[in-house]
Amino acid sequence: MIFGSPLTVRRPDFPYTVSTVLLALLLVTPVACASGSQLAQLMGLLAQRRSDKATFVEKTYIGIIEHPLISTGDLSYIAPDRLEKRTLTPKPELLALRGNVLTIKRPGKHQITVSLEGHPEVAAFIDSIRGTLAGNLSALKTYYALRLTGPMGDWQLVLTPKQRKLSHIFSHIRISGSHAYIRTIELEQHNGDHSVMVITQTGPGR
Amino acid sequence: MKPGWQRLVLGLWLTLLVACALIIARTRFVSDLSAFMPKAPSARQKLLVDQFRYGIIGRLIMIGIEGGNAPGRARMSRELAGRLRRSGLFLGVLNGDSATERRDRRYFFDNRYLLSPDITPERFTARGLHAAIKNSIDALSGDTGLLLARLFARDPTGETLRLLDQFDGSSQPRRLDGVWASRSGKWAVLLAYTQAPGTAIGAQARAISYIRKTFGQLPHRQAGSRVVMSGTSVFAVRSRNTIQGQVTRLASASLLLVTFLLLLVYRSPRLLGIGLLPVLSGALVGITAVSLHFGQVHGLTLGFGTTLIGEAVDYSIYFYLQRTGHLNPSYFWRTIWLGVATSIAGFAPLLFSDFPGLAQLGVYSISGLIAAVLVTRYVLPVLVPRQLKLRDLSRPGLVLDQALDFITRFRWLPPLLALASIGVVFAHSARIWNRNLSALSPISKADQRLDQRLRNDLGAPDLRYMVAFSAPNRELALQGAEKAGGVLRGLVHRQLLGGFNSPAFVLPSRAQQRARQAAIPDARLARLRLRQALAGLPVKFHSLHGFLSDLQAARKQKLLSRADLDGTSAALLVDSLLIRRNRDYLVLMPLRPSDTGARPPLNVNYVQSVLKTTGLKNIVVIDLLKESTDLFRNYRNEALMLSEVGCLVIVGLLLAALKSAARTLRVVAPLACAVACVAGILLGNGIRLTILHLVGLLLVVAIGSNYALFFEGGGQSVTADERRRMQISLVVANLATVGSFAILGFSSIPVLSDIGTTVSLGALFSLLFSAILSRRKAGISDT
Repeated sequence: MIFGSPLTVRRPDFPYTVSTVLLALLLVTPVACASGSQLAQLMGLLAQRRSDKATFVEKTYIGIIEHPLISTGDLSYIAPDRLEKRTLTPKPELLALRGNVLTIKRPGKHQITVSLEGHPEVAAFIDSIRGTLAGNLSALKTYYALRLTGPMGDWQLVLTPKQRKLSHIFSHIRISGSHAYIRTIELEQHNGDHSVMVITQTGPGR
Repeated sequence: MKPGWQRLVLGLWLTLLVACALIIARTRFVSDLSAFMPKAPSARQKLLVDQFRYGIIGRLIMIGIEGGNAPGRARMSRELAGRLRRSGLFLGVLNGDSATERRDRRYFFDNRYLLSPDITPERFTARGLHAAIKNSIDALSGDTGLLLARLFARDPTGETLRLLDQFDGSSQPRRLDGVWASRSGKWAVLLAYTQAPGTAIGAQARAISYIRKTFGQLPHRQAGSRVVMSGTSVFAVRSRNTIQGQVTRLASASLLLVTFLLLLVYRSPRLLGIGLLPVLSGALVGITAVSLHFGQVHGLTLGFGTTLIGEAVDYSIYFYLQRTGHLNPSYFWRTIWLGVATSIAGFAPLLFSDFPGLAQLGVYSISGLIAAVLVTRYVLPVLVPRQLKLRDLSRPGLVLDQALDFITRFRWLPPLLALASIGVVFAHSARIWNRNLSALSPISKADQRLDQRLRNDLGAPDLRYMVAFSAPNRELALQGAEKAGGVLRGLVHRQLLGGFNSPAFVLPSRAQQRARQAAIPDARLARLRLRQALAGLPVKFHSLHGFLSDLQAARKQKLLSRADLDGTSAALLVDSLLIRRNRDYLVLMPLRPSDTGARPPLNVNYVQSVLKTTGLKNIVVIDLLKESTDLFRNYRNEALMLSEVGCLVIVGLLLAALKSAARTLRVVAPLACAVACVAGILLGNGIRLTILHLVGLLLVVAIGSNYALFFEGGGQSVTADERRRMQISLVVANLATVGSFAILGFSSIPVLSDIGTTVSLGALFSLLFSAILSRRKAGISDT
């Protein structure tokens, strides 16, 4: 029996709660080895890691707020498919991805479990990142215009969404790193609001 | 009979038939599900039934689109929803599309200061504002901040999120390509709420066929795609069609069968026509009696009524038998009357059933049988010559007599079979009863499965608890919901409750809205407080200009009413939780137990006692699982009790009439064996018994007692030739009964087929066992 019909409305940050986080998480996931272009070479490097721990400092620049908002925490990856982003400050929060199921825990709140399959927008987003990492360039190019610059020791990859369902969330993503290590992930919105996540490796590199 | 007396009888009979026909012509025939919605004995159960009658549940049509690919289904879903919305047949159509989501978001955002539970005078003190804004800023850091930032300038205290958080934990359908999809992702799913109430079956049927037709005409319909529908109204319409179709077919089949049998035996169209008169008179009188007593006649009653044909035609058969021989009329009629009395005793308990359908069956059968037997007794003698020449049945009679003599040797067989059956019953002792109330509904298993699937895809599959109360008007109902909500929120804080839903979440009472408006300070004071509140926070005062102007607009805004919700999904939420009845409003507040793993998940009595402190009249906490189990237990106990009383009355009647415990035992023993065997066969075949099987067993006793009586008494004071003739008649009568109930057994409506299989099997066993156990050998009785 349906008592009370389901509401159509959702929190505006849902399901994108997951989007940038996943971006960060997925970049520390293992990827298939690819060959050929310089981009694929980078993918190959990223793919070699088996488990990882890192800390992050994320600065969010929002026009209306006078100074950047800083959050900190840990990122971890446990082979084969477990990823976690644990925010410690200013508000504790745990985002855990296991396979395709994302769990969000906030103290004092109902735990949220989301199957990414149920959220095609997010799934498309994740697929695009996975595509990147798996060296699946053709899939990636259906979602993004790609630009890779710099030597392998100091590379920069810029992803610009082609489709509206992604482009209304952000204007582009810029990822930088050195060889197999990602150093920063920047996400930029059309109105100039943006976030920068700086990642510092703490765990074993492989 | 003197000629004057005969004319009087015929005149009376014809007048009665004409009167019946007139009444029937003006009778309302219904075929909705009401007959199988039990008269709810308790206040809680009445609430459940009421929401079907008045609530949105009866208007809900769940639609699934299958076939094709996901983008194609999404396109069909959007196109179908658009066309249905424009048709004017529906209060609303939801398919999870972004247009509705935008309207929802608009409603919640624009009216956040009237809707948010945090709007109190304390919220707008410098301290309250500071805390709320700081909280919002903290939420802006990190990933999601960029998305939430869009709200911040106008809603720095986070009211929109706060009020959406109230729905935290309520499940939503999955979305695929921008519209709702099933969990498997293979269907697109929609919800449509009809403009017409659920009780208007005709209008529901039109709405359903409109959906089907519209889907068929979609321009981008993909090959292989099809639409499926479920919901209370869909069931109602479908069962109406099934019932209407089947009742006619069942009645025709029974009539045909009986006609064939009578022709086979008597080979006389005239006798056939006369023989059917008691049946037809009985049917007319029965329908009239139900119509007068209940004000309407249910289609299923007519379905059961076909069985009356089998029973009433026996009287004609016996009558012909009496007319052909020298059978002592007084003895003959005594046996018939006793048979009628036991049948009535069997049907009488149904009169007290809480299922209107069964009660109607009781009234119909009793009045019909009385009419049939009276017509046989007083009208047929006028129409049939005193000495009837029947075709010679002595040859088959002899064969039958020998066969019966032969099987009488197997006196040990019925008790043995009965014992074996009792063994089967004991082996199944834990699985005898089908506790599922839906087993009684006239809805096919496949339809029930589809319904469950769509429900799981669309909403709360494990909803079990809810709070319900009534209030004289909408405003008091909403105020009551707010009062109860306050108490429930306390339980949520103490983790005794996971969450709840309330119509006041989306439409607060006018009093509450006014209180919230009053909590907002005027423009000057609001500026002052905000300035103070921002001390130490990284937000410039001037950037929150939108917030200040929104506050002042909210202070003076027109209070929200139900009309403001039109076009949003929230409208349907209110309509399904706040139900208008004839004289008052019914409020439902579904509860979600906390996930502590406690068993049972919710302490209903405690929640109930805490809610009593609200002072709300007749507020109850309902455990749907328990209610439906209780309901079933009540009905089963009721049916058991009625069956027992019925059997006792029958035995009492037999004892009184036969004046001998030994003879009574001889009549009762085959019936008891028959009942045991039927129960054993049903359970042995993996069928779980419903109360309808129970009622069926009672009818076995009622009908079977006739055979036993005739066999038992058959040896007395008749010649061997007449006895043979009587035996033939009994077999024909039995075949008529077995046949008409067996036809019922083939019905796809569970209610009919349950009784049909039980009674046809039971009647057959009764005849066989009576022949074996009750029949007296000619040689013995003649002495």
